[in-house]
Amino acid sequence: MDSARQPARKSPAAESPASAARRRFINGVAAAAGGGCLMALGAGLYSRSASALPAQALRPPGALAESDFLAACVRCGLCVRDCPYHILKLADLGEPVPTGTPYFTARQLPCEMCDDIPCVKACPTGALDRELTDINQARMGLAALVDHESCLNFLGLRCDVCYRVCPVIDKAITLETQHNPRSDRHAMLLPTVHSDACTGCGKCEKSCVLPEPAIKVFPRKLAQGALPAHYRKGWEEKARHGGSLIGEQVELPVRGFEGSTAGRSATETVVAPATPEPSAAPAVPVPPSKDISGVVRRGGLDSHWKP
Amino acid sequence: MASVPVSSADSAAPRSLWLRQRWLVLRRLSQALVLLAFLSGPWFGLWIAKGNLSSSLTLGVLPLTDPLLALQTLLTGHLPYSAALTGAAIVLGFYLLVGGRVFCGWVCPVNVVTDAAAWTRRRLGIKTGRVPDAATRYWLLGGILVAAAVTGRLAWEWVNPVSLLHRGLIFGMGGGLFVIAGIFVYDVLVASRGWCGHLCPMGAFYGLLGRTALLRISASKRSACDDCMDCFTVCPEPQVIRPALKAVGQAGPLILSSDCTTCGRCIDVCDKQVFKMTHRFDQRSE
Repeated sequence: MDSARQPARKSPAAESPASAARRRFINGVAAAAGGGCLMALGAGLYSRSASALPAQALRPPGALAESDFLAACVRCGLCVRDCPYHILKLADLGEPVPTGTPYFTARQLPCEMCDDIPCVKACPTGALDRELTDINQARMGLAALVDHESCLNFLGLRCDVCYRVCPVIDKAITLETQHNPRSDRHAMLLPTVHSDACTGCGKCEKSCVLPEPAIKVFPRKLAQGALPAHYRKGWEEKARHGGSLIGEQVELPVRGFEGSTAGRSATETVVAPATPEPSAAPAVPVPPSKDISGVVRRGGLDSHWKP
Repeated sequence: MASVPVSSADSAAPRSLWLRQRWLVLRRLSQALVLLAFLSGPWFGLWIAKGNLSSSLTLGVLPLTDPLLALQTLLTGHLPYSAALTGAAIVLGFYLLVGGRVFCGWVCPVNVVTDAAAWTRRRLGIKTGRVPDAATRYWLLGGILVAAAVTGRLAWEWVNPVSLLHRGLIFGMGGGLFVIAGIFVYDVLVASRGWCGHLCPMGAFYGLLGRTALLRISASKRSACDDCMDCFTVCPEPQVIRPALKAVGQAGPLILSSDCTTCGRCIDVCDKQVFKMTHRFDQRSE
């Protein structure tokens, strides 16, 4: 035991029991700290990587911006319980929605937009903001008519279902009339979503008659673009101030497009001259021009440029 | 003796099945009733408690919130509504008074899983494995609080097995089952009492609340102990028994360590009826 009482500075075998205990203690603390911090780090990293809301998952009305929502929502499911239509679900581990958080899928069950918004009232933490008292001000997502090729109204038919089921009809979705170039005699009534009124309830997506909906509701972040903050729309500024803010602009003449429709209003009907103008070259057919690839082109704009 | 209704003081007589399983049965009953309070609504339309252990509303008036979750929320920078804060204060006060880890033994659903794992491990006679340091849970607790502050979200809730299981039992479960199965396998094969006793940060948090616990277990008849080690075998936190039973570092017979989950299993298994459930100020011993 004499050697054990000496200060530990030789071989490990000659260390005092106190030193060995200290080493065990330090090892233990290091393992505990390492293990504990590693697990916490893993959870933190996983929470970051698994935080993106998938395109088809919508938050209940009044939900804070997604990053704030993930800080505030304790995943208790009280909103799920108080939803009278049982549209809300809590995500399970492994689902693309962050674990335990509430969401709904418009195509399965859209939000019925209750006047008293019971889900918001149920939330104990403010992840669903009680500032929202008018359900028409909810912004759960934003509808987008994503498929112009399949939408029946874009094909010139009168489906209109998304427009008619919209709880904010004529504000969130309007039908915009356009000439149908295919038949050349009909109108197309195009469903058009307006972001300032769309609540993202999902009724339009739910009721789209196609097997795969042409109109879909996405989280706003996915569906909406944004102008840079410094952009000013000249026509709006002009209307607001009663005149151009930068004075009269020089009108430059447009050359090379005389007789074409370029630069004219789309509503203006342009009638092609029936006969060549008298000042033009002798009435011989214009020889078809050949482009580099050798393909014969007829019509189109002729710049009159000659080599 | 006064507060323990012991049927017979004669330790030679075999105790009834009820006395050998009493606290275990009561505890399972408590865990089942907590769960049933949440499930009676969706099952029978009788709404007692809505929500889950993370936050709930009982009978439409009593808000309850997990104080650790409320603390994490505050650390993310979000100030919850008063409903959540009031709920957290009520839960905090209750466990400060009764004993923090009473939650682990009497409420937490993962306890059933890890008790089953410990039982399996004993029955299979598995002695191998590597147990992490019991302090790991405090580091993990600190880690998840830091993670909440750094990521600005409730990072631990992505994987927290306690809320995963309770929420899953009430609202439906899929992928979360793998985490629970993982804990079971870990506790059976790798570390005896590994999750609840060494890793779980919720257990660590509630343990920190247990320093003033009124409900305590006392080794009041410790003179009758015949060193059979049954209590050490079943105890989920065996280190808490020795100071009280063998008077190591303390004179009284009360188990004072805040790690004790007050599960009462030691009372059940002790043939000498050394232990009893009592309160903090009961220092009597025979």
